[in-house]
Amino acid sequence: MTSPRNLQSRTYAMLVPVILFAPLGNVLLGKGMRQTGELHSYSPAEVLAFFRSAFTSPWVWLGIACLLMFLVSYMIVLSWADYSFVMPVSAITYGVAALMGHWLLGEIVTPQRWLGVAVICFGVALVTRTPSSSRVQE
Amino acid sequence: MRTTLCLVLIVLGTSGGEVAVAHAMKQVGEVQGFALKSLLRFLRRALGQPWFWVGVALLALNFFALLALLSWANVSFVIPATALSYVTGAFAARLMLGERLTPLRWAGILLVAAGVAMVTFGG
Repeated sequence: MTSPRNLQSRTYAMLVPVILFAPLGNVLLGKGMRQTGELHSYSPAEVLAFFRSAFTSPWVWLGIACLLMFLVSYMIVLSWADYSFVMPVSAITYGVAALMGHWLLGEIVTPQRWLGVAVICFGVALVTRTPSSSRVQE
Repeated sequence: MRTTLCLVLIVLGTSGGEVAVAHAMKQVGEVQGFALKSLLRFLRRALGQPWFWVGVALLALNFFALLALLSWANVSFVIPATALSYVTGAFAARLMLGERLTPLRWAGILLVAAGVAMVTFGG
């Protein structure tokens, strides 16, 4: 068995890829899909061409790889920690997504959105003051 | 009517799906090391859990309900569902996974839900 303290620090370490890979995957998928272009009709031929174009984009594959990495790290973290701990703490991704949008894509982030990110961070700070797993307390 | 149905499916799909995956991971047990062999064993055992697939099916349902809803409703209409799923997720963790939620954790979760609503409404 892992000691409670060790479990807690492992949980925090594993939350880093959870928090980074989700928004990164979405940004990459978004970039790939914008190059693919919009889907205009739902005829089988057009849908097929759309998917063919999407799956030849390296950005789409990079995005899928990131989202798979996210899923695996999320599963590992859930094997250690409470869902009611992991779920709110993962909301930090909204902050990371805002920063990535601001720095990488040059998006304008409204003051209200920054305020929302601040409220999320405050909420996460409260959650991290509770033990990450019910087993840690025992 | 169909909008209400989709909103219910989105909220239940997110929380139900994630709780099912979380339950499956608790069944598999803690990942002990990061050697490729032990990671692969963990993944193989996870994929063999019926609850894992229940979770994946619910998350897929949630995804399609979201796509369907977005095809006729405004994005801002969908946002309360995203924020609400943090609260339903907390209830599901308590009722279905038997997790103990202290008042401090509840306060944090409610703040996160409020913040998510602000981020998504704020464009």
